[in-house]
Amino acid sequence: LGTSIIALTFDGGVILGADSRTSTGNYIANRASDKITPLCDNVYTLRSGSASDTQAIAGYVQHFIAQHQAEEGDQVTVKTVANLVKMMAYNNKDFMQAGLIVAGFDKHGGGQVYSISLGGTVTATPFAMSGSGSTYINGFCDKYWRENMSEQDAMEFITRALRYAMTWDASSGGCIRTVTITAAGVKRQFIQGSQIPPTYGELPRQQVVA
Amino acid sequence: MGSNAGGFDFDLCKRNAMLENKGMTLPKAWKTGTTIAGLIYKDGVVLGADTRSTSGNTVADKNCTKIHFITSNIYACGAGTAADLEHVTEMVSGQLALHRYATGRQARVITAMTMFKQHLFKYQGHVGAALVLGGYDLNGPHLFTIYPHGSTDSLPFATMGSGSVNAMAMFEAYYKDDLDRPEAMALVARAIRSGVMNDLGSGSNVDLCVITKDGVDYLRNYEYLQAKTYTRQFPVKYPPGTATIVKQRVLSLKGVEVIEGVAEEMDVS
Repeated sequence: LGTSIIALTFDGGVILGADSRTSTGNYIANRASDKITPLCDNVYTLRSGSASDTQAIAGYVQHFIAQHQAEEGDQVTVKTVANLVKMMAYNNKDFMQAGLIVAGFDKHGGGQVYSISLGGTVTATPFAMSGSGSTYINGFCDKYWRENMSEQDAMEFITRALRYAMTWDASSGGCIRTVTITAAGVKRQFIQGSQIPPTYGELPRQQVVA
Repeated sequence: MGSNAGGFDFDLCKRNAMLENKGMTLPKAWKTGTTIAGLIYKDGVVLGADTRSTSGNTVADKNCTKIHFITSNIYACGAGTAADLEHVTEMVSGQLALHRYATGRQARVITAMTMFKQHLFKYQGHVGAALVLGGYDLNGPHLFTIYPHGSTDSLPFATMGSGSVNAMAMFEAYYKDDLDRPEAMALVARAIRSGVMNDLGSGSNVDLCVITKDGVDYLRNYEYLQAKTYTRQFPVKYPPGTATIVKQRVLSLKGVEVIEGVAEEMDVS
């Protein structure tokens, strides 16, 4: 997964955003993939790195957290889920290439974002990004990210950041998917490739079938 | 044996790496060049495949079947190592048959997909099976691609194999949502034909498989693209007298005894 993934907390919850390109070498295997995977009702993960490794980790975590959720009731803490993901990544670090961002909302800590890098390091930050495309938007995010934005501002920031990442990174592209998690629940949004405004120098994108 | 850390056990990977360091060459898998494709149309799924099986640069089987039966409502097209495909599809098919008896329900396509991906991930890509899995269950038509390392994608149209780019070109140009049955079949056949004509690893004929809620239409050799110009007659009929008799010697068998044998019962205990 050459990827651009971003997650940030805003006033009231978290927003996760990702591009939709999965490439094998120079071929795009899936131009409309969904890199935002639910781990439980209130916690989602963004996947970057090897698709098979991250799908396998997500499958295992979904399985164990479902059992945990049955015991805990509806509110599994985001930290618990992030910790389980970290354990999988850390204990199998020699055989995996998986960079995941775990983000969600629970009533104890509100919106939280945890980034788990290749070796298994967990960092809790209000804003996190990962994947090959994230390197191109360091300057942009540095300038335009603010703490505790409103939901609308946060959404605008994420889509703009992803737009630039998808332009500059060959391994990122397609469409923009976002998931917003708040106390009220989960909301999924989708911005088609043809609706993404072209960045400077690009030709306007044409509507592609489906 | 290994520490039980979240369900994975990579001990054999360590062993293989150690053996490779000591100078052992890992065996290479033989791949079949292939074009396989599938798409979801209004009433279900259409799967398609070519029929050429190659070992190196020789065609091993001119008319093999690449659309494998999984359950009565699920079929999988396979690209990659022929042996791996045959075994992994038969394994999942068997497991799902037992699963059906245990649950009392028709199998779901995602169940087959999960069985495949968990098996393939366990073997870290060494089982060379790349599949286009399609079927119709209670949730409607489904189409998945499954890669040898165990990752999966859910798509409305998909292609795999060495001829996948050729077939995908056809799909990207002509696919629409909610095609009807003749249009869908024509498009999949066209996509496979594109692979057959333009990819050296794909060839011979086109197989199609249409899966709907009413059942399956397995159209073996839907299109004959490389028919033989001359078909040999079997058994070969030569009239008596075709071969010139050069020398003749007749022997009468003397002293041959025919014994009416009494069949002995097989010992079953």
